[in-house]
Amino acid sequence: MHTFAYARPTRLAEAVALLEAHGSDARLLAGGTDLIIRLRDGTAQPGVVIDIKRIAEMRPSIREEAGCLVIGAGTVMTDIAADDRVRRSYPALAEAAAVVGSVQIRNRATLAGNVCNASPAADTAPALLVYGARVVAVGPAGTRHIPIDTFFVRSGVTTLARGEIVTAIEMPVPDRAMGAVHVRRTRRRGHDLASVTLCCGVDAAGVTRLAYGSVGPRPVLGVDESGVLADPAAPDAAKGAIFERLFADASPSPRSMRASPDYRLAMLRVLGARALSTAIDRLAQG
Amino acid sequence: MSEPARVFPIELTVNGHRRAVEVAVHHTLLDVLRDDLGLTGAKECCLVGECGACTVVLDGRTVDSCLVLAVEADGTEITTVEGLAVDRDLSPLQQAFLDTGAVQCGFCIPGQLLSAHVLLADNPHPSVPEIQEGLAGNLCRCGCYQQITEAVLAATDRAHR
Repeated sequence: MHTFAYARPTRLAEAVALLEAHGSDARLLAGGTDLIIRLRDGTAQPGVVIDIKRIAEMRPSIREEAGCLVIGAGTVMTDIAADDRVRRSYPALAEAAAVVGSVQIRNRATLAGNVCNASPAADTAPALLVYGARVVAVGPAGTRHIPIDTFFVRSGVTTLARGEIVTAIEMPVPDRAMGAVHVRRTRRRGHDLASVTLCCGVDAAGVTRLAYGSVGPRPVLGVDESGVLADPAAPDAAKGAIFERLFADASPSPRSMRASPDYRLAMLRVLGARALSTAIDRLAQG
Repeated sequence: MSEPARVFPIELTVNGHRRAVEVAVHHTLLDVLRDDLGLTGAKECCLVGECGACTVVLDGRTVDSCLVLAVEADGTEITTVEGLAVDRDLSPLQQAFLDTGAVQCGFCIPGQLLSAHVLLADNPHPSVPEIQEGLAGNLCRCGCYQQITEAVLAATDRAHR
């Protein structure tokens, strides 16, 4: 294991000051399910590891606040998957949180960590994109609420500025009824990352939001406002053309060991059609 | 206490016993359990959180102890496989593993037992799919999944007989 110094601040301001002082030589530790692997294999070699779990503002919490459901940065996947409000209003996020890793991983891994790690295969990312989530970041210049679609850059890279710490993920309360579902393809349940991870949401105004990951450098969101995808009676050819537009940003790596580009692109279309059908059903069921 | 440090004094309760240890901050909970506290039930294997051989219970939830720094466990309650038996008698779950032939080489069994132990604490009558999902984070290279599932089912029967 790479050696480092460890800090355990109890106040957010202390953590921000530590991050500012150490810059890129510091890494934040939440659940550790990504970071500790990287500390061990040497792909992360920080001088300082800052554990955020004892900071009051980062304690696990899911709360309703100013028209949003706010998930605190310390909240783990197990608690998100089991939360009644998440299951009722953001079921696709609950479904995604429930398939991250194994029980042991979900007991440690946080939603904020999944987002900050910025893996293209992050299972929660498509649902957060569909629900229009925002990343709440506190830094030297104050608090920012960053739309999640502008947060991801590429694997491991986000638009967080130096010294900024993610304190929560917030999702606006949907202003219209929405049916949504998360689906994925993986080689083995309980361990492997997704070969394709996808979320589709259809709302009462006929807008379809479809987001997918593990098929390019970052998760992608596409929106169909024409009402064609949401209309079960629309001709297949019309739907196919829209799907092709939404999937145009998929560019899976030929170097991945998990699945070939051809397989991923084929599964993207299969999962997209299935998820759309389920989302329409769920909207109809209320 | 927010100055970065390389060693850290921690206190934790392991199998009901309070322990105070000074740990190097880059040592994992698995390292400290095995090397400092002499509890070798949790096994070191994949070290990436895939195999579950290092599973322990931390504040009532299973974790891969290879992915938890010992210093993060400061103030927590840990149960390892050594804590399942009572007065040297195997727990009903442990006995069920033996009775069904779920234990072949035995390497994965401490982790399997702890995952099953917490599953049954949270859900005393799990279905077969719930057992499979609850233990999906524990690999068995002897391929005893069928027998392990039978053992968990047998333990639920035994506990409620």
